[in-house]
Amino acid sequence: MVTSDVSLKQLERTARKLRRHIVKMLAIAGSGHPGGSLSAIDILTALFFGNVMRYNPQNPRWEDRDRFILSKGHAVPALYAVLAEAGFIPEEWLWQLRKIDTPMQGHPSVKDLPAVEASTGSLGQGLSIGLGMALAARIDGKPYRVYVMIGDGESEEGQVWEAAMAASHFHAGNLTAILDYNHYQLDGAIGEIMSIEPVVSKWEAFGWAVREIDGHDMKQILDALHWARETREQPSIIVAHTVKGKGVSFMEGNNEFHGKAPTQSELEQALAELAD
Amino acid sequence: MARPLGEATREAYGKALAELGRENPNIVVLDGDLSKSTMTKYFAQEFPGRFFNVGIAEANMVGVAAGLAAAGKVAFASSFACFVMCKGFDQLRLAVAYSDNNVKIVGTHGGISIGEDGVSQMGHEDIGLALSLPGFVVMVPADGAQTRAAVRAAAEHIGPVYIRVGRPKAPIVYENGCPDFQIGKAIMLRDGRDVTLIANGLMVAAALDAAEMLEQDGVSARVLDMHTVRPLDEEAVEKAARETGAIVVAEEHLLHTGLASQVAMAVARLHPVPMRYVGLTQYAESGAPDALMRKYGLTGENIAREALEIVRSRASSVV
Repeated sequence: MVTSDVSLKQLERTARKLRRHIVKMLAIAGSGHPGGSLSAIDILTALFFGNVMRYNPQNPRWEDRDRFILSKGHAVPALYAVLAEAGFIPEEWLWQLRKIDTPMQGHPSVKDLPAVEASTGSLGQGLSIGLGMALAARIDGKPYRVYVMIGDGESEEGQVWEAAMAASHFHAGNLTAILDYNHYQLDGAIGEIMSIEPVVSKWEAFGWAVREIDGHDMKQILDALHWARETREQPSIIVAHTVKGKGVSFMEGNNEFHGKAPTQSELEQALAELAD
Repeated sequence: MARPLGEATREAYGKALAELGRENPNIVVLDGDLSKSTMTKYFAQEFPGRFFNVGIAEANMVGVAAGLAAAGKVAFASSFACFVMCKGFDQLRLAVAYSDNNVKIVGTHGGISIGEDGVSQMGHEDIGLALSLPGFVVMVPADGAQTRAAVRAAAEHIGPVYIRVGRPKAPIVYENGCPDFQIGKAIMLRDGRDVTLIANGLMVAAALDAAEMLEQDGVSARVLDMHTVRPLDEEAVEKAARETGAIVVAEEHLLHTGLASQVAMAVARLHPVPMRYVGLTQYAESGAPDALMRKYGLTGENIAREALEIVRSRASSVV
């Protein structure tokens, strides 16, 4: 197992710390998207710190690195938190989120931060870009894998399914998607706005290997990422059931916090709940 | 008057791409189920491992091209001009322009000269859409020889490029090739004193025809092939305004978002002179290409008439 030397407890502690960073940077910024950042952070923690992805903070453009694209770009606080923890950017930069004259754009921008793999935020685009990178790896005989996190609301975009069809057609076995299925989109519950069900059989029908997990259970996440790494004949997707706002009691399942930053007192309560 | 027809600019594109493929293993090509029409088929036949037919899915095609470029490839992506620019626009904006990825979009079947297939297949707005994306180089070559030069220049340029080519055989403008082609450098095909005709694409040949007609009316017309719409050769535009005092712009595109608008902005800022425009102001229709070009005013005669009016009105105002 790739994860044998990584303590689950340590990863859970890291995820808790990154949750604190997420709520703090959003509170300082005064705007942004806590719900979808907190639902995604356990998976990002496992990807970056669970001996899954190979990367080099000193050389973010290292040609053989594994790539991670946050296609649901509004969860960028989660991405910035792992980039800081991994040493790609200084931790102080987190407190500049969304501020003018800084690289900490409100959605991921590849021109502003070399550690970001793709500019995203117009939903539906990341999987196509990831497929392009995966095809380039094949042409060049490179060993890297491309991971793309997509949202559940995002899965309503037609381009996601164009990319799904193409990845399977081109046998992009070095491409792994992760669906952060937190069951809410901006306007309300996915099932009420535009259901994406039956989502597992949809991906299977498109020719993908699918595994369904609890996206907050670190062991399940690591096992699934390991499974994805060993899936090389076809593209793979991890359907991760998550809770929007996970880890902060008053944000969990409360879609008000889709796109609203915590106030100072909410921040204090959140930090207290997330304390080590 | 009629110039001999050469190869279609799309044909020249396809051939040039295959040539480049032999020279540069880093070039990859994508198409959206139109490779037999865009002529990327030549590249596909020779380099199947570097060719990706993504099917009829332009948004995904542009995104995949961006990913290939981000991983170090020179990615050419083609479809009809209207499909790749309209259906891939959000992806061109975020994944190509804003991300400054090294993607070359070549839209074929630009303009109304595609003929019988009608408006849904015609690029009326493609150049305007490309111009609206910061950082995009935008080129509209006049004939086969210039297309080969433009495609080569695009491959060498690092950054996003849009090239518009056409469906029909194009009148030969450059009989001996286009060796001095440079992105952003207009080519003076004919010097003149009284008016300058600025054109690109098929309208370059029409402008040359117009200059010959004007000569018979005693008007000396300069002809500039403005193959690059951006970066615009402002020096050549300013010089034309100063030295000839009147400008007619001709293009096979909607005037309000194409070459005409770009030249007008430059003239207004650098050296205002009277201007006229020959181009589209509305959607066209089905019909034979030549008949469409005549009906929508995209002819040498029309360019000559506009030039004559502008020169005569200047003469009468001076008197």
